[in-house]
Amino acid sequence: MTEAYIYDHVRTPRGKGRPDGKLHEISAVSLVSQTLHALRDRNALDTTQVEEVVLGCVAAVGEQGGNIARIATLNAGFDESVPGVQLNRYCSSGLDAVNFAAAKVMAGQAELAIGGGVEMMSRTPMGSDGGAWAIDPQVAFRTRFVMQGISADLLASLHGYSREQLDAYALASQQRAARAWAEGRFARSVIPVRDVVGAVVLDRDEHLRPDTTAESLAALKPAFQEMGTKYGFDAVALQRYPEVERIEHLHHAGNSSGVVDGAGAVLVGSLAAGQRAGLRPRARIRSFASIGTEPTLMLTGPAPSAQRALAKAGMSTADIDLWELNEAFSAVVLSFMETMNVPHEVINVNGGAIALGHPLGATGAMILGTVLDELERTGKGTALVNLCVGAGMGTATIIERVS
Amino acid sequence: MKNSAVINPVAVAGSAATLQALRFSVDSDGIALVTLDRQDKTMNTIDLVLINELAGVIARIREDADIKGAVITSGKNAFLAGADLFDIEARLYDNLGRAAADMVDETYTLNQLLRPLEICGKPMACAFNGLALGGGFEVGLACHYRVAADGKHLQFGLPEVQVGLLPAGGGTTRVTRLLGLQAAMPFLLEGKAVGAQEAMKAGLLHAVVPAADLLANAKAWVLANPAAKQPWDTKGWKTPGGAGAMAPTVAQTLVVTNAMLQAGTNHNYPAPLAILSCMYEGAQLPIETALRLEAKYMAQLLADPVSGNMLRTLFVNKSKADKLVRRPAGVPKRKHSRIGMLGAGLMGGGIAMVAAQANIEVVLIDRTQEAADKGKAYVAKRLESAVAKCRTTREKADAVLARIHPTTDYAALRDVSIVVEAVFEDRAVKAEVTRLAEATMPADAVFASNTSSLPITGLAEISVRPGRFIGLHFFSPVDRMPLVEVIRGKATSDATLAEALDLVQQLRKTPIIVNDSRGFFTSRFFGAVVNEGVTLLTEGVKPALIENASKHAGLPVGPLTVSDEVGLDLAMNVAKQTAKDLGDAYQPGSSLAVIRRLVEGHGRHGRKNGKGFFDYTADGSKRLWPGLAQEFPVAAAQPTAAQIRERLLYAAVVDAAKCMADGVITDPGEADVGAVLGVGFPTYLGGPFSMMDTVGLPQIVAICDRLAAQYGERFLLPPLIAEMAAAGETFYGPHARTQFRTGA
Repeated sequence: MTEAYIYDHVRTPRGKGRPDGKLHEISAVSLVSQTLHALRDRNALDTTQVEEVVLGCVAAVGEQGGNIARIATLNAGFDESVPGVQLNRYCSSGLDAVNFAAAKVMAGQAELAIGGGVEMMSRTPMGSDGGAWAIDPQVAFRTRFVMQGISADLLASLHGYSREQLDAYALASQQRAARAWAEGRFARSVIPVRDVVGAVVLDRDEHLRPDTTAESLAALKPAFQEMGTKYGFDAVALQRYPEVERIEHLHHAGNSSGVVDGAGAVLVGSLAAGQRAGLRPRARIRSFASIGTEPTLMLTGPAPSAQRALAKAGMSTADIDLWELNEAFSAVVLSFMETMNVPHEVINVNGGAIALGHPLGATGAMILGTVLDELERTGKGTALVNLCVGAGMGTATIIERVS
Repeated sequence: MKNSAVINPVAVAGSAATLQALRFSVDSDGIALVTLDRQDKTMNTIDLVLINELAGVIARIREDADIKGAVITSGKNAFLAGADLFDIEARLYDNLGRAAADMVDETYTLNQLLRPLEICGKPMACAFNGLALGGGFEVGLACHYRVAADGKHLQFGLPEVQVGLLPAGGGTTRVTRLLGLQAAMPFLLEGKAVGAQEAMKAGLLHAVVPAADLLANAKAWVLANPAAKQPWDTKGWKTPGGAGAMAPTVAQTLVVTNAMLQAGTNHNYPAPLAILSCMYEGAQLPIETALRLEAKYMAQLLADPVSGNMLRTLFVNKSKADKLVRRPAGVPKRKHSRIGMLGAGLMGGGIAMVAAQANIEVVLIDRTQEAADKGKAYVAKRLESAVAKCRTTREKADAVLARIHPTTDYAALRDVSIVVEAVFEDRAVKAEVTRLAEATMPADAVFASNTSSLPITGLAEISVRPGRFIGLHFFSPVDRMPLVEVIRGKATSDATLAEALDLVQQLRKTPIIVNDSRGFFTSRFFGAVVNEGVTLLTEGVKPALIENASKHAGLPVGPLTVSDEVGLDLAMNVAKQTAKDLGDAYQPGSSLAVIRRLVEGHGRHGRKNGKGFFDYTADGSKRLWPGLAQEFPVAAAQPTAAQIRERLLYAAVVDAAKCMADGVITDPGEADVGAVLGVGFPTYLGGPFSMMDTVGLPQIVAICDRLAAQYGERFLLPPLIAEMAAAGETFYGPHARTQFRTGA
């Protein structure tokens, strides 16, 4: 089997996913095109050598619709021989795009490929793409669909996490992200985003709140209480989990991932292709895996997907130096740490989506790069990147630094 | 409708014709008048006779160039009822085991008539002169114009969901297209019925006019609209509010409705889901395809036992009970115009109120004038809130209140036809008021005790005329609970039973007749469920799991909640009283040890003292008492919710079977009605006897044997069930055991 290597990674800063967010005026195609430009220009890439561009995008409708990967590739001025494909595995799409690109390389069916993702949540809101799961009565009934926030609160209730525990985790995320920015830990990956006249509109993550305190978090109102108690979602969740007396509504805007705009891209290739292009590999992709879990609780995919990826790589938990798990909700990370016996010190060391935001289709590619930068900064060897996924899934990728 | 999907249009010729189901004439303006008027019946119902004649009429209207359009109206007080539910129930047994796919042609029959009607090319107006629910309303929905007479007796709606079915004559399709998904929901998912004005406001009717102008209005519309079409047959038309998963309002509405419906039905009732699917999927389809899909979902419901269970119990058997089919023959009907009510507490006040609302004068007696006045004040308060909510008018409320006469004077009972006693559940107190009342009430008046647990025969011992003594067990709150358990003591005469039933009917309640026994039928039946639920605690089952599994099984409240509501101390006292009464024959329930530990060990009396299985807070919320975990340590292995459901429901089934074998109840239909209306046995099961038939008696026997071996003898069925199973007998249908065959 051919080994797949990571040659480079770039991401945009994450802008607030609202009309007053700094990235709002940038179209989704333009945003992701800027990451493609950056990969091309930083690596003096001859785009004729790129055999695939895979982009994760969740709400693939409107300007994000119709295979944004191909359209962005054309828009970015890549050679017209470069094909593109868009994929959607909800929150892990960006990581799955990298895995898809890597899989082609490993299978010997591509030499050089790009995996990445984009989501302009301020322009194409979450849920714009409809879908049968929540809407078609037959499907929603059969699968016991609940809103994801209800799943997060159910997860916290099952584990007995207190509001204080969840908030403490969120506070750490803010503090770590603030420190990372202060120390320039994202400098290698983050590219400035430019408007139509070439002026920089954003060069720094916009969503984080470094002044967050335990008190300010404690003051926030639960986000999913009304949804759960008034609109029947708690009752549906308890139909799957009848041993739970009640769902405690503990998640809120401050301990859940933020709604943001953003894009990211990762250049993947075989060793030989890298040599031909004059590139130095930064990391090797050891293994990756996705898995399905119970869809109502929805958010427990990370641990089994991590186990599956570890098994495929012939590794164990102890072989992983750094863990990067998307901070969809505080309870997701806390329960992962509990299940996998991973200490807080080695997971999400530079914060995560609670502080920085979660541009659905892009996050997976972004956090892969974040942890790669951190491996290089600290001289550590291995990292496992992981996301919980809607409808009960998880995707994990293990990388190992090579330079 | 009979089991045939083939429509054979009846030829309709000439300018006037009288057929079996309708009259047809064409006036000088060329407007055809179709008057639905079934010759040999008081009601118009939808059957194949009507369908064939209407099909003939539609063909004539379409083909005859001299006919400009038509008005459909009715010659009866009610416009047109839907399909005959008695008929559907009778056919349930023919449908047993039939696959949904084989029934689609039948469920499509009405659509096969109504779609050609709406595209016949001529304006069709429906003139509603009376009530139109279900299929009757669907005929109107297929017309281009709907006008109704302005009258209080007119009601419009599609109540099919309430008996586990869906409106399969285009109801889900056309109401969704008329109103949009969201506005259509109350009419389709809840079966909401509305008066003419409200129906017009909602968009279901085009006009409401004085009854005298009805036909003229409809005819004028036909003349003025020669090119009338349904909105959905017009080019460029779209479902109001949009259709499909990409329409934002549809998506939002459905996400929430899907959750609310699951929360409400716990996946036990297939009809709301089928209806919502017809609405969501149908709105995205051409109307012909949508109508066919509606027929398919209807076939799915007919193939599911739930619709049959609901129809049989909630409609057929309830109707029989309401009509007093088991009233002893030969006893003249007694109209109660003045009754006595002993005890002005919650029950006494409640019974006084429903009686006064039924135009009956009530002598409300209590020990002190103050106590009697308090009973009337309670009624005044309930009426006040009804006025505030516009459920009644000030004048009516005042008139009701004026019929209640609070007093301490037993002499006021001298001209009543029945006395209902609802004093404290204590034999001595009851004996005293019985004596006092019998001293003054007329010799031919009935004495009825509203005891919920004390055997009637024992209470009647004090009576000087035990033949006139009977039990009338009302449920609380009286104004909302539809059931009355009528308990016949050993000495109760046929006439007494008949006259007590007459009162129940006057109060617009549903009676079931029960023979005397401790706890009668409903209390002991429901007690078996509660006992089983509480017993689970002793096995280390998580209390939250017990409560949730009960709710998910369709029980209205969990066993721990209901125990707290009733009062744990009361349960303890009843057990003690029973032990005293029965002596050596007494066998304590399997849950008594739990109750004793809470009451005697921890002073936990239930909701009344703020602590029972739950802790109650001032704001009305409650949480499971954390101490339960110490008292009943949680076992490592927990049963599934399905296993708990089985134990709760089979505890009830076994008890119902015992009641039948012991002769406490004699009619499965009444027992099912009582179980569902009285103590909230899940309606999707239709009651314990419907459930036994649905599952199959051999299977019931096998399950109970297994449960008895695992959990104790309380799950042992009486031999009756095994005998019936062996003989291939059932409680209902063509194989019903002879003793259970009752005429309609």
